[in-house]
Order: sequence, then structure tokens, then C-alpha cells
Amino acid sequence: MTRRQRPISPEAAAVVRAQRMLSRRSVLGAAGALGAGAFLGGCGTGGAGDDDKPEPAKDRSETERIVNWVNWPLYLDYDEKNKTYPTLEKFQQQTGIKATYTEDIEDNDAYYGKVSGQLKNGQDIGKDVIVFTDWMVARCMRQGYLQQLDKKNIANAKNMLDPLQKVTYDPGRQFSMTWQSGYAGLAWNKKAIADLGLQIRNVDDLWHPKLKGLVSVLAEMRDSLGLILMSQNVNISEKFGSAEFDRALDVIKTNLDSGQIRRVVGNSYMEDFTAGDVIACFAWSGDIFMANGEAGRDLYGFTLPESGAPLWSDNMVVPIGSPHKKNAEILMNYYYDPVVAAEAAAYINYICPVKGAKEEMLKIDPSLAESPLIFPTDEDLKKVQVFRATDAQEEEEFSSKFQKVLGN
Amino acid sequence: MAFTTAARTGGPVPAPAPPSSRLPRSRTPYLLLLPGLVWLGLFFAVPVATLFSTSLQTRVPGGEIGEYTQTFRFANYLDTIGEYHVQFVRSFLYAGLATVLALLIAYPLAYYIAQRAGRWRNILLVLVVAPFYASFILRTIAWRQILGEEGPIVPVLRFLHLIPAGATVTASAVAVVAGLTYNFLPFMTLPLYASLERIDPRFIEAGGDLYANPFTTFRRVTLPLSMPGVVAGTLLTFIPAAGDYINATLLGRQPKTTMIGNVVESRFLRVVDYPTAATLSFLLMAAILVLVFGYVRRAGTEELV
Repeated sequence: MTRRQRPISPEAAAVVRAQRMLSRRSVLGAAGALGAGAFLGGCGTGGAGDDDKPEPAKDRSETERIVNWVNWPLYLDYDEKNKTYPTLEKFQQQTGIKATYTEDIEDNDAYYGKVSGQLKNGQDIGKDVIVFTDWMVARCMRQGYLQQLDKKNIANAKNMLDPLQKVTYDPGRQFSMTWQSGYAGLAWNKKAIADLGLQIRNVDDLWHPKLKGLVSVLAEMRDSLGLILMSQNVNISEKFGSAEFDRALDVIKTNLDSGQIRRVVGNSYMEDFTAGDVIACFAWSGDIFMANGEAGRDLYGFTLPESGAPLWSDNMVVPIGSPHKKNAEILMNYYYDPVVAAEAAAYINYICPVKGAKEEMLKIDPSLAESPLIFPTDEDLKKVQVFRATDAQEEEEFSSKFQKVLGN
Repeated sequence: MAFTTAARTGGPVPAPAPPSSRLPRSRTPYLLLLPGLVWLGLFFAVPVATLFSTSLQTRVPGGEIGEYTQTFRFANYLDTIGEYHVQFVRSFLYAGLATVLALLIAYPLAYYIAQRAGRWRNILLVLVVAPFYASFILRTIAWRQILGEEGPIVPVLRFLHLIPAGATVTASAVAVVAGLTYNFLPFMTLPLYASLERIDPRFIEAGGDLYANPFTTFRRVTLPLSMPGVVAGTLLTFIPAAGDYINATLLGRQPKTTMIGNVVESRFLRVVDYPTAATLSFLLMAAILVLVFGYVRRAGTEELV
């Protein structure tokens, strides 16, 4: 992948990479949302028995041929030379709908914190398509912050991979369409691990005494806890309770307090990993693929533990106040065309949710069509589970307990 | 208002000014204050009131994420102190250490620039301010690279046997305090410079003429005259450092270096627990206010303005 120009020195590269990693989730977004949300937080909280949910906005798609899409950074094919998004350009030519694309989402929580006050009042946040991770989609659905999709406008929805159609929080995909998916798994620095004479196969391998202080786990609670729960033979897509959760969380607490885990970190985890401060970690599949590509060498290994791994998805949804739902649906339909999906997937490096894209990918880049991180093998799919939907009480309980372990 | 009424009920008017122009003139100070007062009202008083109201709310039973109702539960404050006093103490400790370190580094620096730098003065001042041209976060990340395993510092320390073989410099309390010191150093240097620069060199010469040695001159002349700078610099460093969460996030190690800013961020954004986040913010404000008040009373602010 030659997506970015290579910076001049390794130090400069490290800083640039760090900023990019960091800017995807965590700090910058969090800081912004803290500022903006501090005020909304005060007036945005509801009273008791506040059951009336916001009403969807009236659709003006026929007269206003625009769609505003907000996504995560580095999550759509980008042409460095012309500074355009090729697939999005073609969408505009084909449909005559003007698409505005921004990369403002760096963190589910931070973006939610920024817009939830307006969504609660049914206001237009100026976005017609938002990309949220599964659990945040589930929360927004519960709260009535999303518009139901009209599948008549999304004929290509039938191309969605079967496992993704059956997610527990949105059966039949009434409110959301998957944008990309990925695995949380185990990654390691090949040379460093070999020097120590170790092998990384299972979650428990990270707790080896020789790795003390050289391990990181993800701040995305469902991914880290999901990996540990599965290593304890808990099916994470079915009902499990506080007891199982506490037992898994205890593994993180014990290893964090003992100094085995160096840090619990969000999107910037790759920075410690590529700097050599961490040599084994919980990681997202696409990042390792990308890091090896950037290094030009096969420096890092990635595997799904034998006990299994969580499969997460980021999903396109239409916020309640959007007056351009139909245009948004046309956009979703466009990206579920296998030809378009393959073109986008060639850049993004995460699991493409569209059936038939693999065949199209063969025409673009046969080596990518063979990548199990973009087109998962049946063997891998057998190992993965989607973290189950939680209700509001559980969601708060889990995240509060997790944050407490981190000292918050 | 007292001013206006006093003027109006002044009885026989000794001054010959016509009454029509007297009234507007007495209103002028208030009109001049108006923009500032509106600003303070909108962006300080209203948010603080909202924050205080949020801090007394409780969760709606069976309610959604982020759904809270006003119950005036003052016990929220006790719960929060019980739960998070460790992080409070740690924040003030780190901020205090960073302030002292910044003072020790900035004083000689500011002194040199103000009194000895000559024609280099402006260039040196620009160099002090120059880091602001790069983002705060980016600079902190750069420190991680510098202090990281593949950076230039760790191998040297290892070679000199200053740190044990397995130990690292990042992800530690030392790194957090170092980061805070570094990031707030210009806030300490500039006020110090401003007050040191104002000192008339003849005072220092007079110290020598009166047979004081250089140290005594410094202690009896320079230091007292630069106290306004010291007070301003320490406040400008301590207050933001106590509430900072970037350094602890990027250079620290959970849960051992978690500061109060991290807890506020986590409660507000991750757990969507607005009351606790508001309570923490209020407690932080109150604690800083008390500390600053005590400090300023001791150190004096006569020349701060």
C-alpha cells in the first residue's frame, strides 16, 4: 500500500504516525467534545419519565440533492494526487447528488457527546450519514436517535454478508448498514518475541513474566473484554452476566496493577507498538496489515487466538434530524455495489461487508483478494463472535467498572 | 449606582456643568464594563450555574444512558470525594512538583534573558514562545518518542546504568511530571521575564555599593522585586497543570498516574455520568480557589495588577 508519502526520517515518521493514530480516536476528539459538551451536558439531560422520543425530520431529498457524510479518518479511498475520494466522485456523477465528506469522528464517545444534545431534541446536526460502532448504534437506536431505513431505496442491501445481517441489536438491519468490519486479535513484534523465545497464540500468552510491562490492551472495552471472555469460554454474543464480566475484568485489573500491562490505550496503541515500548498487544486487524505495509517488511504478526475473537463493525446510520434520508439511502446503496465496495476496500484494508466484492477485487489487485483481513476465510469466521447488545443499565455498569479499573 | 444617586442628590450644585451631560458620564464606567460583564455572565456564570445544577442530579431509575433528574442530592459531593480523593491528591502533587520544577528552570532562564542577554534578548524570547507554534498534543507525543524505547534517552541511561535493564522512562509518574513541567514552562518564564526586566539595574548596583555580596543582593533586592512574576508564573502553571489530562493520558500509566482531569473525561464521555463529572469539576474549582486564595494572601498581590 502506498497511500501516503513516506516522511523523511524515522523520527519524523513516528511523530506523523503518532498524530494520525491519535487523531483517529481519543485525545483531540475528546478535548473538543469536552468543550462543546460541557454546556450541552448541563441542559441536555432529561427529566424523569421522559419517554417521548424525537420525531424524524421531514425528508427534503427530492429538492435538496445533497448528502453530508461524517466518517472516521482514513476510512474511504483517497487520491493523494487529486485530493479527491474517487468512489465518492463517481457517486456524484452517477446520481447528481452532491456529497460532502468529513472525517470528524475520532472516537464514538466523543462524537456522541458532541451531538447527543441536539439528537435528543430531534435537531438536524448537519449530517445525514454517521458511522458508529455496533454498540453505539445500539445505544442510539434505543434512544430513538436514528431514522428507520427504507430498504426499497437500498436494493443492494441483499449483498450484505450473512453474519452481519443477523446482529442482535438491529435484526434485519432496519436502522443501520455496515460500513466496514474488523477483528480484535493478538499482535506481536516478531523479532522481539522470538528473541525472548516466546510464542503468541492465546490471550494468556500475553501474561508471561518475560513480557512484564511490554503488553498493551485496547481501551475499546468490548474488544479487550471480548478477547478475555472468549478465552474463558464465554460466548460473548449470548447472554452473560455481571459475574462473567467481573471475572474477565479481573484479568485486566490484576495485570494492570502488577505492571504486566503497560497501558490500556485507544487508537494510539500502534504508536507504543511500533516504537518498541510494547511488543505484544490486543490489536485491530487492519492496523497491523498497514504497519507492515508502511515498514515494507513483515515486522509484526497478527492472529486470532484459538479461543476466538470479537468481530466488530462500524455502521452507517441516519441521524433523526437529517432531512436527506433518501439521499443517504442512495449513498448506502451505492457502496453496497460490489464493484464500488471492492474499490473502496482496496484502500481501507478492513473487512469488506459486501458479497461479490472479492470477485471484483480480483480485477483490481489479485493479492488483496487473497487477504484474509479483507475477505475473511470461513475458518476465521468460525472463530469470531459479535459482542452482544446490552441494555442501558448494563452498558453503564460495564463501562463504569472498566473505567474504575483504569483509575477513573 | 450609589455614585449616580449621590451625584443627583448632592443638593446645591457647586459645579457649573449642565445636568444633561453629568448623568451619562457617571454611567460610562458601567457601559465600559458591560461587554466584559456580558461575556462573564454568558460564558462563566451561566455555565457554572448549569454545572452546579448538574452536579446535584441523580440517575433516573431504569432510565437511558445520560438521563438524569434533579434531586438536589448534595451527598454526590461526599460520594465523589470518597471515591476519587486519591486522584485529587495526586493531581495537586503532580501540579505542585511541576510548578516548583518549572520555577527552578524558568527563573535563571528569565533572569538571563532579562538582565544579561543583550541583543540576543528578542531571539531568546521568541525561542521561549516558539513551542506554541506546534500543537500541545503533538509536542507531548513527540516527548513520548524522545523518551521511548527507540528514542535517544533510554539507551544512554541504560549504558550509564542509571536505570535498570528492564525499566522504561515513559508510562511513569516521572514522565507525567516532566511533561507537565515542559508544557507549562513558557507560562512560568514569561511573567518572570516581565517582572525581572522591569527591575532597574541601579537597584542591583546599589546592593553592591552597600557591600552586599551577589547572593545577598539577589535575596534582598532582585527576588523581592520579582515576586509579582513568581506569583503570576506559579499560578499560571499550577492551575492548568492541576486540571490537565493530556500529559497523564500520553505519558502516564493507568491506574497509577491517573489525574483528576482523566477522571472527568472518563466520567463525562465514556460513562456519560454527568453528575459525577460536574461534581468533580466543581470540587476541582473549589480546591484550586482555596489553594490560590491562601497562596495569594501569603505572597501578596499588590503589584500583580
